[in-house]
Amino acid sequence: MELLQYLADALEGILDLVLFRGMALNASLLLVSIITPLLAAFVLLAIGGLTQKSTQVISMVGFVVPALISVWLWYAYTVSRLSGYAFTSDTATGLENFGISLKLGLNGISLPLYLLAGVVGLAAGIYAMFSEVKRKRQYLILLLFIQGGLMGIFASIDLFFYYFFHEIALIPTFISIAVWGGKGRRSAAMEMAVYLTLGALLSLLGLLALYSGSGLKSFDIASMRDYFGENPFSEVAQDNIYALLLFGFGILVSLWPFHSWAPRAYGAAPAPIAMMHAGVLKKFGLYGLIQIGAPLLPFGASQWTGLLIWLALGNIILIGLATVGQRDLKQMIGYSSVMHMGYAFLGIACFSAIGVGGAVLLMFAHGLSVALLFMLSDCIYQRSGTYEMHEIGGLARKTPVLACFFVMGVLANAGLPGFANFWGEIGIFIGIWKFQTWLIVPAVAGILISALYGLRAARRIFFGELSEAFAGKVDFEQISDVRPGERWPAVVLIVALLAVGFWPKALSDSLNDTLRSLYPANAPITRVVATEIPQNSAVASVSNTSSEKRTLTLPKQ
Amino acid sequence: MNDRLAIYSEMAQENSWLSILPEISLGVLALLLLVLEMTLPKERQGLILRLALFGQVVILLAGVVFSSLFGVATEHTSFNGLLMHSVRGDVMRLFFLLCSLLVCHLGHQYASRRGLPQVEFIHLVLIVTAGLMLLAQSHNFILLFVALETVTVGFYILVSYSRGSLYSLEAGLKYLILGAFSSAILLFGIVLLYGAGGNPQLPGSSGDPMNFALLGSFIEANPDNILVLAGTVLVLCGVAFKIGAVPFQIWIPDVYQGAPIPVTAFLAVASKAGGFIVLIILVQGPFAPLERVLVPMLGAIAILTILFGNLGALSQKNVKRLMGLSGIAHAGYMLLGIVASFQVPWAANAVVFYLFTYLLASFAIFGVMNNMGPLEDGDMTLDDFKDLARKNPYNAAVLAIGLGSLAGIPPLAGFIGKLLIFIAAFKAGLYGLLGVAVIGVVLSIYYYFGWILEVYFWPSLVKAESEETIEPSGPGLIPAANSHRIVLGCLTAGTLILGFYQGALSYLL
Repeated sequence: MELLQYLADALEGILDLVLFRGMALNASLLLVSIITPLLAAFVLLAIGGLTQKSTQVISMVGFVVPALISVWLWYAYTVSRLSGYAFTSDTATGLENFGISLKLGLNGISLPLYLLAGVVGLAAGIYAMFSEVKRKRQYLILLLFIQGGLMGIFASIDLFFYYFFHEIALIPTFISIAVWGGKGRRSAAMEMAVYLTLGALLSLLGLLALYSGSGLKSFDIASMRDYFGENPFSEVAQDNIYALLLFGFGILVSLWPFHSWAPRAYGAAPAPIAMMHAGVLKKFGLYGLIQIGAPLLPFGASQWTGLLIWLALGNIILIGLATVGQRDLKQMIGYSSVMHMGYAFLGIACFSAIGVGGAVLLMFAHGLSVALLFMLSDCIYQRSGTYEMHEIGGLARKTPVLACFFVMGVLANAGLPGFANFWGEIGIFIGIWKFQTWLIVPAVAGILISALYGLRAARRIFFGELSEAFAGKVDFEQISDVRPGERWPAVVLIVALLAVGFWPKALSDSLNDTLRSLYPANAPITRVVATEIPQNSAVASVSNTSSEKRTLTLPKQ
Repeated sequence: MNDRLAIYSEMAQENSWLSILPEISLGVLALLLLVLEMTLPKERQGLILRLALFGQVVILLAGVVFSSLFGVATEHTSFNGLLMHSVRGDVMRLFFLLCSLLVCHLGHQYASRRGLPQVEFIHLVLIVTAGLMLLAQSHNFILLFVALETVTVGFYILVSYSRGSLYSLEAGLKYLILGAFSSAILLFGIVLLYGAGGNPQLPGSSGDPMNFALLGSFIEANPDNILVLAGTVLVLCGVAFKIGAVPFQIWIPDVYQGAPIPVTAFLAVASKAGGFIVLIILVQGPFAPLERVLVPMLGAIAILTILFGNLGALSQKNVKRLMGLSGIAHAGYMLLGIVASFQVPWAANAVVFYLFTYLLASFAIFGVMNNMGPLEDGDMTLDDFKDLARKNPYNAAVLAIGLGSLAGIPPLAGFIGKLLIFIAAFKAGLYGLLGVAVIGVVLSIYYYFGWILEVYFWPSLVKAESEETIEPSGPGLIPAANSHRIVLGCLTAGTLILGFYQGALSYLL
């Protein structure tokens, strides 16, 4: 009898899941956006002899549906809700005793990144579908798995699933680099696997420490936030746990000096993988610090700010200079993506709504622009047969549209007004101006550096005379401009960049609303470099922060 | 005379034979196989195998349906305190039955390719399994030792079963000598505890210090007695041999390499699980009052075990030795759970969950090795797995998922197992141990991922078309029987399902 009861319960649970029982439409759409790519991957995996056409249709569904849902949910999201999360749902998976269940929802911080995952995934998917690769079916299966994971990361309210979806996306990344990668793919994949596993495990330990420290028996971010608002951790614990999160996530985001895996892996990775990883997946760590780390552990965050600033400057200046020195186009873009992560870290270090908001906007914009650049670099490789910039030249004469796209990507990357990147950088600059004014100088120098290497690359590749090596190697007359399979992903990315560039309110309202409940509007005055202040005043600054937080949330009620 | 009869009849009332029906049926089945082999004509010998597998499936199903999993779970002893029936014990009995079924399947495949006698193999596996199942419920040192010896003696024969192979004979000899040595240590420990516990001059002494409950209350009264401490340490040494913990891990690589693949799998999973269930019974039972001594001791052993296993496996090319060394590392992670269980009682269940994930992944990997292995499998190296993905994509996928689960990669079952143990360790405040475990996991990524790379990415897919048409040759091409594919498929599906949905084992959690 008990066995029957057990089976009946299990069946009931499965039916609930399949039929989306007891969920509002938008909440179930959130779940659909995660399941569709995974389902498409399983369909491709299970059915063997599919034609080229039907493979494409199935994988197209797997990429288009999440993208459409992400745009729809962005549209349906209404600012200022008391619970903090919209479109919430809760599905049991069997670990309820540990407080783990598939809780989904979006708030102002996760909304832009969820949208980013949908858009970049679509662009990478379309590009992969219409490119020439061997074993395309397996390739698309892995990309669909990554896409499912990406949508899940930013939709999860449950810490466990937040981590879980990250790993679902990460493992196919290693595999596809090792199989479909370019030069040095095996060692690059191995280095990346070992490095990122270390980062992931450190951050997992940090998350587990939050879980066991709260004693809530729940991995729910929202309830943890409420709990820690009332009873914060002891100072030592905050210090240690934040260190785990900072370095764990830092490795995943290629914080200097833990960045060495990134340029190598991106250099070897096939373009759609680099787009998805550098564009979206890498934001996992920054998102974790913004959504979880800093709000839950404000004292820990203030203690590590001093070091974080210097490491972020390492990203901006040292990696920036390394970027200038690159001769290989794809390596250069890889280094540039590492460099821009420094700005996002600076934004987090400000610990103010404006700085962190700038960091989130920059993450969104950088995801689009770096994906665009990785894709275009592959387009250039298809035409020239090399990534060596000095071996190419004068390509614009045959490929004006490609050149136009590339210049736009480079300018966006450097933060030209009109592109979304500008708003992210301006937010961060305002944040650090109020926080540590001198930081403006190296930060602006970084912008100059990124304009320098970007424009120089564009000049070398597209303008000027044909280099001799290039003229001897390929038939210049045969080179054609962008195909539709290359044009549409680029257009999708550029439109998104420009749309947010001209209308940042689309994202900033909801972002601002959520951030103001988590962070002080401006950096507290006492928050100078943490090592210089005695313990007592640091405590004062924390209590100051939390009281400020309360007054800020008051008007909502 | 009548007095004695009265005592006997009173004792006999506690003998609930029905509760050990699975063990009895296994024994009967094992004997029946031998009888049938003698009586049946040659051409109908195939029946024996079918009977053996079918019988085990029936016992397993009956075990699932009638076990305490779905009923009211009460812990009670029977046979005058020899056995303790508990949910965890029942789960472990099913675990061992599952192992035995898989080993019989692999053994049939292994023995028929090499022309080895099959019925005796299955007979031994069944007896060993019955011993392991009793071990999981033992509540008395006498029963524990007898059951453990049944298991060990069975393994002495099984390890050297492949008589034509020098590796197998060497492994058998090594296992015999070291196994006998460890049994002696274990026995010595038991005797010391018995002697101390039976000393009427000490507080809390009892007439039956072999009984875990009575011994437990004696130890609680005398936690600092030198004999008690020495006996405890010696008993744990004997158990450490079974689970392959440092410093009793030396035998593992050699024996794993030499033993026939099904026996290696059996050793790696069932024998290790037997050791762990004994350890759980002991540290949650009689040795619980010694927490002050045992936590640092077991903690140190766990650290050394994790580091030894992972560092040893880093440069290992021989796959059977690699599995052995990485198995040592897994024993280390599970020891972490055991150490945590002093503070967090459910950590012991997390270890059992870990054992299930380890079973699924290990048998999948050994199954693939069994399928592709050359006749002399002691020499199998990573090179033999080169490009398996093209020669046999099914096996390659099974292998990759199994290795991924052992490495603890989400969304596979192994990740959940590690996660639960890590949570338990956090709750118990074992931060240093956790740090070592993380280092161990990162190291393990290197060799597990390296193995997967061998399987999938050799030679380059980007290279010329002509390479695709080369006739594949060498090992890995034995056409797998459908039954084998189904078994491997079930194991892999189990790994995937437990990764996504842990409800299937929720009564553990």
